[in-house]
Amino acid sequence: MDEGLRSELSKQGVFTTTLQELYNWGRSNSVWPLNFGLACCAIEMIAASMARFDISRFGSEVFRPSPRQADLMIVAGTVTKKMAPLVVRLYNQMPAPKYVIAMGACAISGGPFKQGYNVLKGIDRYLPVDVHIPGCPPRPEALLHALITLQEKMRGEPLAGPAPARHADPAAPGEYPVPAYGPYDLTPAKNEELWRPAPLPRGE
Amino acid sequence: MKREADEQGLIGALSTGDISPDQPAWHIASPQPLPAPYELKPMPSGTAGLEGEVIEVSIGPHHPSTHGVFRMDVVLDGERVLRLKPVFGYLHRNHEKLGEQGTYLSAMPFTDRLDYFCSLTNNWAYALAVEKLAGLNVPERAQYLRVITAELTRVLNHACMIGFLLQELGAMGTPLMYAFREREKILDLFEALTGSRMMCNYLRFGGCRCDLPPGWAEQCTRVVEGLPRFFDEFERLLATNEIIMARTQGIGVLPADLAISAGVSGPGLRASGVNYDVRKVDGYGIYPRFEFGVPLGEHGDVYDRYMMRMLEMRESVKILQQALRDLPTGPVIDPKAKLRNFRPPAGEAYGRLEAPKGELGFYLISDGGPSPYRYRIRPPSFINLTVLEDMCIGHTLMDAVAILGSVDIVMGEVDR
Repeated sequence: MDEGLRSELSKQGVFTTTLQELYNWGRSNSVWPLNFGLACCAIEMIAASMARFDISRFGSEVFRPSPRQADLMIVAGTVTKKMAPLVVRLYNQMPAPKYVIAMGACAISGGPFKQGYNVLKGIDRYLPVDVHIPGCPPRPEALLHALITLQEKMRGEPLAGPAPARHADPAAPGEYPVPAYGPYDLTPAKNEELWRPAPLPRGE
Repeated sequence: MKREADEQGLIGALSTGDISPDQPAWHIASPQPLPAPYELKPMPSGTAGLEGEVIEVSIGPHHPSTHGVFRMDVVLDGERVLRLKPVFGYLHRNHEKLGEQGTYLSAMPFTDRLDYFCSLTNNWAYALAVEKLAGLNVPERAQYLRVITAELTRVLNHACMIGFLLQELGAMGTPLMYAFREREKILDLFEALTGSRMMCNYLRFGGCRCDLPPGWAEQCTRVVEGLPRFFDEFERLLATNEIIMARTQGIGVLPADLAISAGVSGPGLRASGVNYDVRKVDGYGIYPRFEFGVPLGEHGDVYDRYMMRMLEMRESVKILQQALRDLPTGPVIDPKAKLRNFRPPAGEAYGRLEAPKGELGFYLISDGGPSPYRYRIRPPSFINLTVLEDMCIGHTLMDAVAILGSVDIVMGEVDR
């Protein structure tokens, strides 16, 4: 719809929208996170849901213990190699449309424990992460900002057309492969379709 | 190098089978096993003639009541717990190995992430061990700052622990909201002092990193003066609540002799009536200067462990008032302490203190190099957790959740 016409109509008191915008507006304001804490960042996640920061202003105070009822997985804390298969399995159990926020340095890259032999170097090797929050741990305000960023992303998602959103795309995978223990490390070490290491610049 | 030679020797010995356990001396009679110092609760009668089977349930690692990524494998007869096996390792972050790879000072930020509610007491325990190893002195003002921050941490931890315990008993939100309201006040103080809300990284070997910002002591005094009112409110809300008393009294009794033989420490031990507080026993820092009591429980059940936290917070406020009153001026770090190129002499040291969850100890071996040869942590949560099965057997599954909450574990410390 023409933006000028829409603005003219809104001056006349006529509200126009599309089904896609209405649908995205509705679901972006009721994102239910999975009640899922891994380590230190989980405490700041709880603090964000308490009175001072009050995540319910953004419609996300309903922390669901079951993945079947959740829309958003907040990976809050260090993902170890023992825990990574379970995180991926929990994600697979969530109904689409579903989103992932990687909260904290450990979840996005391994963080201070990156040198450890048992620490996964970022959950984006196995899951499609929508928003990354740096910080160790991020403040609750940072989590709220990530939630607002996610809401903006959801409002702009096309439901049809050449490049639809992930949940509306029949070609997108419904599940992601769950890693298992190999002889040395998790196998596969990464999901090739999701994560590729940055190319190393080589001098001429 | 010596360390590499040791490791090579150990690996070589393991692969050739040279290391074998000592053979038991056959002529010495093995000691008779003592009768169990506790008694298992008898199964409720009336189920003997019924048909059925025991079932195994795995609770966790993703479960809202298991404090993070803890797993219990439970064998149930109906709703009663027959056996309970804790499964750890879902948050094993290689803390001890990383501590041996870096310098002494670079392990200090990792200690923040051990028990992420109480970063300042973790810092202090590590600093105590290193100061013992290197023979460093701590200036007066730094000692007072350590006591003030440690006792604020204790209040914070106990308030949040009670909130989480009651959330697991079904009081969704309300007590936890009260606790987090006070936590935010204390975290504001920590943020003004150290720059970070949770991961403070404040202590250094031989003192503290920085002095108080202007107005901090007055703000801290105001917060401390407001704490007793919060305790009164919290107790009026909870202590005589009928549901809480029914759910916690007589549940998960830990006998004193079992607690001692299992190495339980902290409020869980004192709830069983054992008068053991490292602040009194060791008198580390400047704790002998303060007047405070050590509350003791009578029954050792979940209610006593809950009440122990309430009473300890009131004692902490007494210490805080005395410390803030007597806070001296002066430097906050020993001028002889080296931050760079710090190499303590060869030797070993064990530093321990009364963390909010129990006795937290660091054991260090130095070979004179820039990084510790051996770096070992004695985490209170992990050792308090070993008696979980003994406390849970015979109770229902919902009581097992309450008992787990009363032990007060943090998985960062259990798995390290």
